[in-house]
Formats: sequence, structure tokens, C-alpha cells
Amino acid sequence: MSEAMAPFPAAAREALTDAQLRANLAGATNTIRDKRNRVVGEVPDWQALREAGRAIKADVLAHLDTYLVQFEQAVTAAGGHVHWAPDAAAANQVVLDVARAHKVDELVKVKSLTTDEIGLNVALEAGGVHAVETDLAELILQLDGDWSSHILVPAIHRNRTEIRDLFRRTIADPAVSDDPRELAEASRRYLRERFLTARMAVSGANFAVADSGTVCVVESEGNGRMCTTLPPVLVTILGIEKLVPTFSDLEVFLQLLPRSSTGERMNPYTSLWTGVTPGDGPQEFHVVLLDAGRTRVLADEVGRQALHCIRCSACLNVCPVYSRTGGHAYGSVYPGPIGAILVPQLIGIENAPTLPFASSLCGACYEVCPVMINIPEVLLHLRAKAVESAAKPSERFAMNAAGWIFNGRRRFAAAARLGRLGQRPLIRRGRIVRLPPPLSSWTRSRDLRPLSGESFRDWWARRR
Amino acid sequence: MRVALFITCIGDTVTPEVGRSTVAVLERLGHEVDFPAGQTCCGQMHINSGYRAEADRLGERFLEVFDGYEVIVSPSSSCVGTMRELHPQLRGRLFELSELLVGELGVTDVGASFPHRVVYHPTCHSLRVTNVGDAPYALLRAVGGLELVELEAERECCGFGGTFALKNAETSTAMVIDKCAAIVASGASVVTAVDSSCLLQIGGRLSREGAGVRTMHLAEILAQTAGA
Repeated sequence: MSEAMAPFPAAAREALTDAQLRANLAGATNTIRDKRNRVVGEVPDWQALREAGRAIKADVLAHLDTYLVQFEQAVTAAGGHVHWAPDAAAANQVVLDVARAHKVDELVKVKSLTTDEIGLNVALEAGGVHAVETDLAELILQLDGDWSSHILVPAIHRNRTEIRDLFRRTIADPAVSDDPRELAEASRRYLRERFLTARMAVSGANFAVADSGTVCVVESEGNGRMCTTLPPVLVTILGIEKLVPTFSDLEVFLQLLPRSSTGERMNPYTSLWTGVTPGDGPQEFHVVLLDAGRTRVLADEVGRQALHCIRCSACLNVCPVYSRTGGHAYGSVYPGPIGAILVPQLIGIENAPTLPFASSLCGACYEVCPVMINIPEVLLHLRAKAVESAAKPSERFAMNAAGWIFNGRRRFAAAARLGRLGQRPLIRRGRIVRLPPPLSSWTRSRDLRPLSGESFRDWWARRR
Repeated sequence: MRVALFITCIGDTVTPEVGRSTVAVLERLGHEVDFPAGQTCCGQMHINSGYRAEADRLGERFLEVFDGYEVIVSPSSSCVGTMRELHPQLRGRLFELSELLVGELGVTDVGASFPHRVVYHPTCHSLRVTNVGDAPYALLRAVGGLELVELEAERECCGFGGTFALKNAETSTAMVIDKCAAIVASGASVVTAVDSSCLLQIGGRLSREGAGVRTMHLAEILAQTAGA
């Protein structure tokens, strides 16, 4: 996630031509959206819960230095090892070093966006260690050399026929059908073998408790728990913003997250562990505290609320842009509205200048966000930064000119008169159907209503 | 009541009939409308496009032009919501038309008559920024002869989004195509809203499709009277 990405408009344009993708996405996002609305509607104090979630996250960010040190002490006291990683390379190196110390050349992984963000699998592969994804959707993507397009449902862009063909080519009997049960069984057989033989596992974390050193992973399949309990060595990559102060703070997030995310009342598999327990589970445990741009986000008073995110993906499912373009157009493991505000901050606005504009500012994301991230507010904040860093000179000129015209009533009236004259040759049967660039991007798909023959102010003056 | 009209830049130059209708409705109800001539644009286009300094200048201009008016009304929920967010001192003074009529003046029946099948598109800003609530529905239900029909997925954005419609034209178009399909499926002959900008997007696409559904701002419908 460090190089500049393809501009969103071009990537979206390409994605929009894929009718199958759009149908898959519309179906999937609508289904999750409806489930979410149903179960959120059951909670009478939902707004108070959201406010509690927001307040806890704001407190954590305001006192992050204290909580991090507290967490480090608690993990160490419980027999774990804590590593501080300023960037992706440092975090990946810790995992590689642990693998080498144990002469491990294959490890199993819990579904983790953070490890995708830092490109862990690629770094491990380069170091001679193969990481096996054990979340079914992540496994599908890994087997096909593909990458995630949704925070919660990484393979949302694939259908089961495609998955059957992939499994036939890779891990399953060539006779396997596209029956979901058969496909799940094929992956289960493949993964069980890995769980039972793996000597090391890597996970991310949804939450970590500062005062106890407890790490929390929530998942739906139980494969994550296989990873966090069976192999003798476990490494957790933890974004520094994932802390909560105390164990009881989890109560808030374990209500907010499943209802917002999968539309379930309760999360199916919630794994919690604290350091090392002799004779039970991994006997060696490492936590890598990952910065990778997060402290830079924290320094921005408006933008820092993006660090509240608990990765529920509710904002993706309600987003009219995401639900049409899909996740790949965003060019990052964090797509959708949250990606549009998080990624430019993590990697620098100059490397993702089109992402904050990938929104109609409809506000549906803010409405559903379980921790009340004001995504439209941050989008506008980042748009201003994008303009400062890399506005096209032609656009800057047009915007400055418009600002000058709007800042004087005579200029404004004169510009309107000029526009009325200038548009005359373009009007066909009361409509403008073709305009030169950049306005052609409107008229390619939509007619444009011309400026009125008489402005309101002229009518008003005539009327008096 | 004396009411200052904020017409908006689009309302002044592209859709003056919306402003004329707003004046007609308010005067019919016995109110006095004033039009401060120094007004231009609220600066929303500049804010939404990342040009803060220009937007700030236009915001200041707005505050000066409307200084001294106790009640300001505008037929654009988007501009109203934006200005109230940026300048909290405008809360309680600046209203979108349906908010003013229903919330402040307590009127739902404005004496309008419009015997047509109408569908209402609740624009994103009217729902989530300006929070006009049920006011537009209440006004439409009280219009004589008007049949209000339901819009599938009504809370979905039409895809306008200011310069989004140009910068991400294909995505914007995908959104408005779905919106127009829902409008056509509603069986209405007229689609209405409280934002002319969204109606330009919807109307531009309906016109391109030759869909035969007209766009009318809520104010225009409220201005229609029997025998007019």
C-alpha cells in the first residue's frame, strides 16, 4: 500500500462495464443491508451505543501513548512478547524472524485486513515462508491470485461456479459440484490438514484490551480459532488504534460490530486470549504493534476519527458508489467510504488524490457507522488537501474564476447573461445534448437544462 | 411574516420558476417576500470540490447579504443544510421551504391543486443533513387531486453529488439510471424533490431516455391552484 494507485474514476469506469459483477454486488449488499437494518432496529438504545463506541475510541486515541505502554506491560506480564513496528517492513520482518527461529516454512493465517495492508504474505513468500489463508473467502482469493474487494466478504465479487472451477483446479476432487456444502467440505478437508500440521499462526486483531493485555478476534467460521489455538507459536499484528481501555469496553463493541457487520445479533466465534497459558494453546505469543501511518492520521484533528473504525463494512453495503463499482476500483484492502478516508491518510494524499472524490456525499455511510465516523466531513477535509497537493491547473482556474464571479452580484449577473448568449447554438428542442470537455462527461449520458431565458433576479426586478 | 428569499445560484439562473413559485406560495399565505439582490451562491460547490478559501469568502458574503433578516427561506435543502452546518448562527433563521411551511408556519394545506400522479424523491441532504423529515410528504398529501405514489429504494442517492457528476460521470450515471428506473416503475407522471440540483440530474437522464416523466420542484407543485 505504498505506491500511488490507479485513479478511482478510471478504475470505476472499467468495473462498471462488468454486468455480472454489478448484479453480484447489488444482490449481496442489499441482502446484508436488510439484515443489518432488521437487527439494528431491534436495539432500542442503538444511538446511545454508537455514542458510547465513539466516546471510547476518542478516549483511546487521546491517550494512546498511555494505553499502548499499559498493554505492552500486561502482555509481557502474561508471558507474551511485544514488538513495536513503525512501518510495514518492520512488522513483516518480525513475523519472518519468528518463523526462521522456529525453522517454519509454512504457517496458517486468520483473516486479517491489517496483514493484507502491510503485504505480509508477499514479504513472507520472499523470505521462503508460505502463508496459508484459512478464512474460506481469503483462501479462494489466494488460490486464484486474486485480492479482497470487501472488508467482511472478501470474495463478494466471485460466484460459486467460478469457485467450483477454481477448486477443481487446485484443492478438490475434479468431480466437485457447485453445491455450497460440497465446496465447503472440500475446503474443510484441505484446511484441517493445515491446522493439524502448522507449527505457527499469524492473526490480526479486532480489539485488544490495554489493562489486561487480552487480544480479541471475531469471526464466523471457527477457522480463526483453529489458528489461534492449535499451532504452538502465534504472532498477532495489531494496529495501534485497536486498543480499548478495559475488558468491559468490549461489551459495547461486541454489540455494535456483529449487528453492523454480518447483521447478526451475536458474533459466532469470539476468541479472547491473554499472553500464554501453560499447557493450553500456543506456548509462544508475539504481538506486533503496528503504526504504518496511523500516528500521522492521529495528528490530523479532523481526519483522526477514521481510526475509530472497527471494520464492520456497514458503510460499504449502504454506499451507492461501492455497491456499483465494487471494492477493487478503490485500489486498496480498505475499499468503500471508509477506505476513501482512511487510505489517503495512511499512505499520503498525494498517493491517493482521487479517493476522497469517490463519493456523492450522500451521507448514508455516516448514518450507519457504529462508531459515528463523520465520513462526509473527512471526505471534504481530504478534498481540500487533495486540491492543495495536486489540483489540475485547469480546474483550479475554473474554480477560482467561479469564486470570483460569485463574489459580486454584477459579475454574477453578467456571467449569466454571457452564458445565455453562449449556449444558444448548443440548444436543441430546449435541451443541451452535447457539450465540449470537461462538460461532455455530463452530456454523454444526460441532457442538460439550459440557463433560463430570464433569470430570477431579472424577473424580480421587472415585477417590482 | 417577512421572509428573505435565498434563491441559490442554480435557482437564479437555471430554474427561476422554482423561485417564482416559492414567492407565489408564500404570498398566497399572506407573507411578505424580500429578495436581497446582493446574493449569489452559498459556496457549496467550492466546499465540495475542496476549495475552502473561496467557499469561506462566499459564506461571509452570504452572512452579510442576509444580515438583519430574521427568517430566510430557500427552495434548496442542500444549500440550506450546508450553510447551517458551516454557520451554526443560521440555525433557527435559515429554512428550507417545506421546513418553513410545516415546521415554522404550521401549514400543510397551502391551497394547491395538482391532479396528477406524483412521486417524491427524498434527496440525500434533505434526509441526512437538513433533516426536513416528513414535511414534504405532508405538503404533497394536502395538495388537491394529487396522487402520491411510492418510490422503490427512495433513500438511494440519485448520483448528482455536485462535481461528482462530472468527475465520476460513469458511476454517477449508473446511479441515476437506477433512480430513473424506479421513478418510471412508480407509474408517476411527475417526479418532485426539494433540490433543483438533483432534479437536473434526474431530469437530464429522464429526458435522455425519453421516459415521459417530468421533473417539478416541490415549490412548483405547491404553487399550482385549481383553474390555474
